[in-house]
Order: sequence, then structure tokens, then C-alpha cells
Amino acid sequence: MDKTNLNLKKRIISDKVFKIGATVAGTYVLVIVVLIAFQLLSESYPIWEEEGLSFITKTDWNAVEDRESFGALPYILGTLTTSAIAMMIGVPLSIGIAMFISDAPPKIGAPLGFMVELLAAVPSVIYGLWGLFVFRIYFRDWFETPLHNAFGDNIWLFSGNPYGLDILTASVILAIMIIPTVSAVSREIMKAVPQQQKEAAYMLGATKWEMFKLAIFPYSKTGLIGASILGLGRAVGETMAVTMLIGNATGIGAIPSSLFGPSQTMSSIIANEFVEASPASIHMPALIGVGLILLLIAIVINVIAHLLVTRMLKIKEGAINN
Amino acid sequence: MITKITSLLMIATIVAIMAPLSANAESAPDTPDSRYVYNINGAGATFPFPLIDLWRVEYNNDFDNVNLNYQSIGSGGGVKQHIEKTVNFAGSDAPLTVKERGLAPDTLHIPETVGGVTVTYNIPEIPKSGLKLTGKLVSDIFTGNITKWNDPLIKNINPGLNLPNQDIVVAHRSDGSGTTFVFTDYLTTVDPDGWGKKVGKGKSVPWPVGLAAAGNEGVAGIVRSTTYSVGYVELAYAFQTGMTFAHVQNGDKSKFIEPSIKSITAATAGLANKLPAGDADWSTVSAVNAPGPDSYPISSFSYLLVYKDLKETSKNKEEAKAMLHMIYWMITDGQTFAPTLLYSPLSDNVVELAKKSLSQVTYDGEVLWKYDSSVKPTETKTETKTTDYEIPDWIKNNAKWWADGLITDQDYIKGLQYLISQGILKV
Repeated sequence: MDKTNLNLKKRIISDKVFKIGATVAGTYVLVIVVLIAFQLLSESYPIWEEEGLSFITKTDWNAVEDRESFGALPYILGTLTTSAIAMMIGVPLSIGIAMFISDAPPKIGAPLGFMVELLAAVPSVIYGLWGLFVFRIYFRDWFETPLHNAFGDNIWLFSGNPYGLDILTASVILAIMIIPTVSAVSREIMKAVPQQQKEAAYMLGATKWEMFKLAIFPYSKTGLIGASILGLGRAVGETMAVTMLIGNATGIGAIPSSLFGPSQTMSSIIANEFVEASPASIHMPALIGVGLILLLIAIVINVIAHLLVTRMLKIKEGAINN
Repeated sequence: MITKITSLLMIATIVAIMAPLSANAESAPDTPDSRYVYNINGAGATFPFPLIDLWRVEYNNDFDNVNLNYQSIGSGGGVKQHIEKTVNFAGSDAPLTVKERGLAPDTLHIPETVGGVTVTYNIPEIPKSGLKLTGKLVSDIFTGNITKWNDPLIKNINPGLNLPNQDIVVAHRSDGSGTTFVFTDYLTTVDPDGWGKKVGKGKSVPWPVGLAAAGNEGVAGIVRSTTYSVGYVELAYAFQTGMTFAHVQNGDKSKFIEPSIKSITAATAGLANKLPAGDADWSTVSAVNAPGPDSYPISSFSYLLVYKDLKETSKNKEEAKAMLHMIYWMITDGQTFAPTLLYSPLSDNVVELAKKSLSQVTYDGEVLWKYDSSVKPTETKTETKTTDYEIPDWIKNNAKWWADGLITDQDYIKGLQYLISQGILKV
């Protein structure tokens, strides 16, 4: 009688400890995010006071003493443009890689998968330096210049003299950088598709492509979107490599106008100017304000991704029961 | 009689030997108290970091109880830490602005080395250094007013060079930097109505044209890989990597100066008597376009910032005294190490000024070191030297150009006025 009572008490205590521990761990994440947001807001307060919400829509960027005027629009657009182009190039390629690796015999698939994961281990500054000193020059001479010569006069997308330090080069390097993340996650998701499902498709006489279309994609759609969003997350926040390749224009000149024009992303302008920004001027608050906008955009992307995934899950709930 | 003369001679020699000794004993601050170990923390500009790091090693060889820790986090970061009083001293490529000074009153500016910025180019037709450019031309190129290398304005002053009919590609820094500050300060000074009104000076400015890359290596990378480009990089970097650079017209507009350690030191020498006291407002001080015929015009001081009263940042009086001695050593003995790393040493008269600034340092109101500027006799000596000056070559050239109509009457008069101000000519 006494013993069971004691046991019960013990269980209640351990339950309480667990509850507290889990709550602390859960709130920790929330507290950190809130603290970061609060810090960014308070440190960037002078710029909101000075420029108001027009800080988001203005295109000026002048840090010269007594002429200070700051607007973040060009860098918001620069970030969104480079990320979008990187996704357009990187995601189909990554899914192709994942398809190949998941269906290839292990003797080929395993080392190839390992190689792709190795790409993810390369630090971004290495991609940046390689891009700046090697890739850019070949890319400019063999890809951008012919394209510009052929279409430059007629299509605005290819206008502007290509120097290799532009939106397209930065986006291509970004695409290379997101491929390992997206393809590694996609591969795992495709591998998780039950073998019976694939075999069932084959049994119905499906070709390889039809098998992917019928059996794998419907099953792994949500996962693939999740993987792409992971890649987008990396592309939006990537700093070093982009800074080295995007041409780092400021002000109105940084608004993307052509694939071969320079621009600037939110993270790259912070990296470029933070170190030497005068603590006594609103230059510093302006850069921190850009950081705040970057955080908000990252949150919005994640929320959209979350909504997409949950909606997809609801649709698929009826179709797949496993 | 003979004994008298010899004794007089002996006294004279003793005095002669004593004089420098006593001058030394008087002028240098006390060496760090060897009973304690000191950790001096500094932070700031990246430009002087290699030199400060060498000083750290060399000073530590002599005084192994003093450890210097200098973090090259950039001038902006250095100024921030100086304002927050978290470091013993800060390094900055630009003097404190009026606003910054408001946050850190009673800051002393101690010039510790001199930097120069070269205008570097990549023109296959001109594989060597020596393209001549005036300040206005450099400004017009970086503003985008001059877009071709064979522009008549460039051709006129470079008669012997094969300037191609090609578009100029401008390269500049994307990151905030002291190099940009010096360069834009120069452009603002030589072209106040064009560059000054349109862009202005700063560590990062709204560039009207051009491609941008981070760091000296980034700009150098663009210039090297893009034909017909022009950019600006720090002197030491241009030297080490063997880049081609322009000779820029001096502030007197009398000749075109090759950037070198010597011509940059000359620039600061020409400026010394215009500098304010160490504890005054330095925000308008600039070493660009310095007077003197051999002064390279795109030069600038790099500063150490310390509080006038070291109690603000030092743990105790001993630490304050150790740091005072270390900074004194940097601006005197330390200068000999500068050329080995391609830095320009301070000119003697700037060192004098820096010493005077250091003598203002106190700890809790107590003066730590009295500087007796007993070096004045040598100063008058150099002054007397100038009286038997010969007419320098540049003024002969100047006269020839004036006769040929290459320079205006005003420029020629300026040259003559310089001679008068130096006491070479008398009216």
C-alpha cells in the first residue's frame, strides 16, 4: 500500500520535472526569437524615427555625413530576385539529382550521394572566391557575352554590358550552394516512399518516369516543397558568396534591371558596411533596420512554407494511408 | 693656455655627449614598471594592423611584461569601442566626426602612420605605371563624366602614350573602408563643385558609376581581370602585387607625383604646421592635396585614439604609464619598422606634434609625462638650410610649361608664391 503510494509520488515528481524541462526547452526558442527581434527593433529605432515606413520603399542610400538618407527597397528586391533565380535553377536540378540517386543501384547512388553531401560541407567563402576568381570569368566570356550580343538590344533581361559581377552570376553560385541541401533532403524523402508503391506502379506497366509521376511525386510532394523551402532559406540568408559576386551597387542602381546588372542583397549590404559604419550616425541603425526586415521576410517565407505544407498534407490525407 | 683649450674642449665634448643623453632622459616617458604585467587592449582600423602587429612583437622583445592585443575590427568598430571605453586605445583611419567627438569628448588624436591610395589601371596598351592624371580628371572618371580612355583631356597631359578608344570601367570598394574615405576626401578636395556636391566624402559613399568589390583584393581582382578598368587600392597592396598605377598631380599643380613611401611621408611633412593640437577637433583634418612639390596628394594619417585622461580606460596608473610609453615608442622607434612593411613613416615634425599630444595625457588629473620640446634647435637648423636652396627642378619645369602655355598664370604664380613662402625668393 505504502510502496505503491511512494511510486505514484515519484511518478508525479518525474512527470513534473519533465513538464518543466520540456516547457523551458520550448519557450527557449521563442524567447531567443523575441529577444533578437526586440534588439533589432530597439537598435534600429532611430532609422524608423527618421524615415518612418518610407525606409522600406525608398531607394536612396547615402551614408555621407550630413547627407544621410536611407532606403531598403533595392536590397529587398535584390534578395528576392537572386533567391528566385537560384530556386529556378537549383530546385529542378536538385530533384533530378535526387531522382537519379534514389533509383540508381547503391554502388553508384551511395558514392554520388556522398559527393553531393560533400558539396554542402564547402564553406560559402570558398564558393565566393572560386566564383570571383575562376567561374565569373568563364561564365562572362562563354555565356553572358554571347547571350548579350545575341539578344541584348531587344530583350531587357539581357541588356547591360556583362562583367561577370551581376545578378545572374550570383544566382548561379547561389543555386550551386542550395543544391546539396535540397537534393539531400529530397533523396531521403524519395527513399522513404514504400517499396510496394513503386513495385505496384511497375506492375501496372509504368515506365521509370511514369513510376516517379504516379508513385513517388504524389507521396513526397510535401516533403519536396519542404526541401525547396530549406534551400530558399539558405539562399535568402546567404552572405559571403553573394557579396563577392553581385557587384554591390547601392541606391537606385541596385534595383535589379537586367540579369547582367549589379545589385545588392540585404545580407550583403550589412556585411559590406557594418564594420565601418559610424556609431554616431543613423547609418548603423539603417543597417540594423535592414537586418530586421530580413528577419521578417525569413519569418514570412517560413509561415508560407508551413501553410503550403499543411494544406498539402490535408489534401493528401485521404489519398494515402500508410 | 694649451691646458685651458684642452679643458675647454673636454668640457665641450662632455657637453656634446651629455646633451643627447639628457635630451633622451628628458623626452621619453618612463619605461613600464617591470614588476607588473600589463595587457593593453586596442581595436580598430584594419589598415595599420600589420604594422601594429609587428610593433606588438618588437615592443614585446624589449618589454616582455607588456602584451598588446589589437583587434582589427575596422575603424567604425574601433570608434564604437572607444566611445564605450572598452579598449585602452582605438585605431581609426579617419578622425572622429563632430558627432562622434560629442560622444567621446577629450579624445586625443595621435597620428601613428601614413597611408596612400593609388589609382590603378589595366590598359593593355600601357603596360607600365606612369599614366598622368590630375585630380579633376580622376574625379571626372569616377563621376562618369569622362568615359573613354582617349578623351582629349587625358590625351593632352599624356602626349607620349597610346591611349585606346575604349570605355573606362570604374571599380570601387563595396565595403565601408578608410581607403574609400581617403580617396573620396581627395576627390571632394580637388573637385568641390562636381564630386563634392554630387557625392561627398565618407567610408561608404553613393558611387555614381562602376563595379564594386570588397577589400583591396576585390578591387584589384576586378581591375586585373577587366581590361580598360580603373580602380583605387592602398599603396602597400599595389606595390606587393605589382599593379600599374597613375602618377597624380600634386596639390601645388606643379608636377605629377609617383606614389611612393617617400612622396607620402613628404605629404605629411608639408602639412604638419597646419595640424591642430592633439586634444582639439580633428574632424576637418585631411592630408590630401598636401602642400609641397613632392607631396603625393592622396595620402592620409591613420590615428590612434586615446582619452586625454587615461583613468577612463586604464585599470591603474601603472597600466596608463605603460601604454603611454608604448605609444611613444610606436611614434618614435617604431617608425623605423614602417618601410619594411611598405608603410610610410611619419615625418619628424609630425612626430614632434604627436609627442606634444602625448604630453597632455593624464591619469586622474595627474600629468604622466612632461615633454620639453628641446628639439627646437634642429628645427631652426632645417630652416636655415632652406635659405641656401637651389631653384628646384619642378619650378624650372613650371616656368617652361608656363612659357609654353601649358599651365595658367595662376598656377605659375602659385609656384612662385611657394618659393617666397619658403624663403627661397625674396620680394
